[in-house]
Amino acid sequence: MSLKAFHLIFVTFLTTLSLGFAVWAFLSHKILFGLLGIVAVVLVIIYGVYFLKKLKKMSYL
Amino acid sequence: MEIPYTVEARPDTGLYNAKVGIWLFLSSEVMLFGGLFSAYILLRVGAVPGTWPHGWQNLTLGTINTVVLALSAITTLMAWVACKVREFGKFKFFHACTLLLAVTFLCIKCEEYREHLNHYEIYMKDGTYADGDMVQNDAAQDYIVIDGRYTKNEMDLYDLRSQKVVEKELKIPRSQIQDMQSYGPWHNDYLALYFTLTGLHALHILCGSVVIGYLWGPGRKLWKTDPERFTNRVEVSGLFWHFVDLVWIFLFPVLYLT
Repeated sequence: MSLKAFHLIFVTFLTTLSLGFAVWAFLSHKILFGLLGIVAVVLVIIYGVYFLKKLKKMSYL
Repeated sequence: MEIPYTVEARPDTGLYNAKVGIWLFLSSEVMLFGGLFSAYILLRVGAVPGTWPHGWQNLTLGTINTVVLALSAITTLMAWVACKVREFGKFKFFHACTLLLAVTFLCIKCEEYREHLNHYEIYMKDGTYADGDMVQNDAAQDYIVIDGRYTKNEMDLYDLRSQKVVEKELKIPRSQIQDMQSYGPWHNDYLALYFTLTGLHALHILCGSVVIGYLWGPGRKLWKTDPERFTNRVEVSGLFWHFVDLVWIFLFPVLYLT
């Protein structure tokens, strides 16, 4: 598995963490952290798409 | 004699040797951290109800550190991509960013440790508890000063999630103190696991920084003679760095959010 593939896994986990963090923060009435989590989810997804496009030609192995 | 398969893929594995090596190493790392996570689960499940700490961590610092590590994963990838497209200047820039982010992470972690080690639970002779940050602990004085609060029920100290803790400066005579202990790894199971897991993780960050620092500094000479092999070294260090970042993605919710 190349760094590209591992980075994709990392981005996936980071998205999940950000989403979970946002939900946890809203349930704990920490609105600021919740908003931060939502912003993080959006940014990480945008970055993920950009990263996949940019490294299209690189191998996953 | 030339070392085989440092650049080209080995026919039987389909990978160059260093990549096979790092994945074998990371497998052993999974077992190491997996064992500690298992210890965490078993101790938490087996804890007396109501005694497992909640809300003891500095969420702001933990969140900042998560962002710092996420950014460092991106800069590591960018450094590798820069090598792939033969832009050595960009590689130097991105790897310098990774190093700076790693140092930032370690500094914040040190601050978190300092906060814990400076925080005390004091058991008074009248059966009450005082809890807070040590302000003054001069052996020549017959009193200590903490920035904290008194409580009659020890259970109040475990779950801080729903409490609005009002702290004030307390001057406590030494003659009234039965016992006092800082929030170090000796304090309870939770803090023992916290310091072990985060300490081991910080050690990995430190070791990764040394490797990245080497590639950024003296190790960069290889770029002039064998750029392909150098790029593979950067990839291998990046795989290790991503693993360490991934471990933090599990550590953060387990230690800070639950």
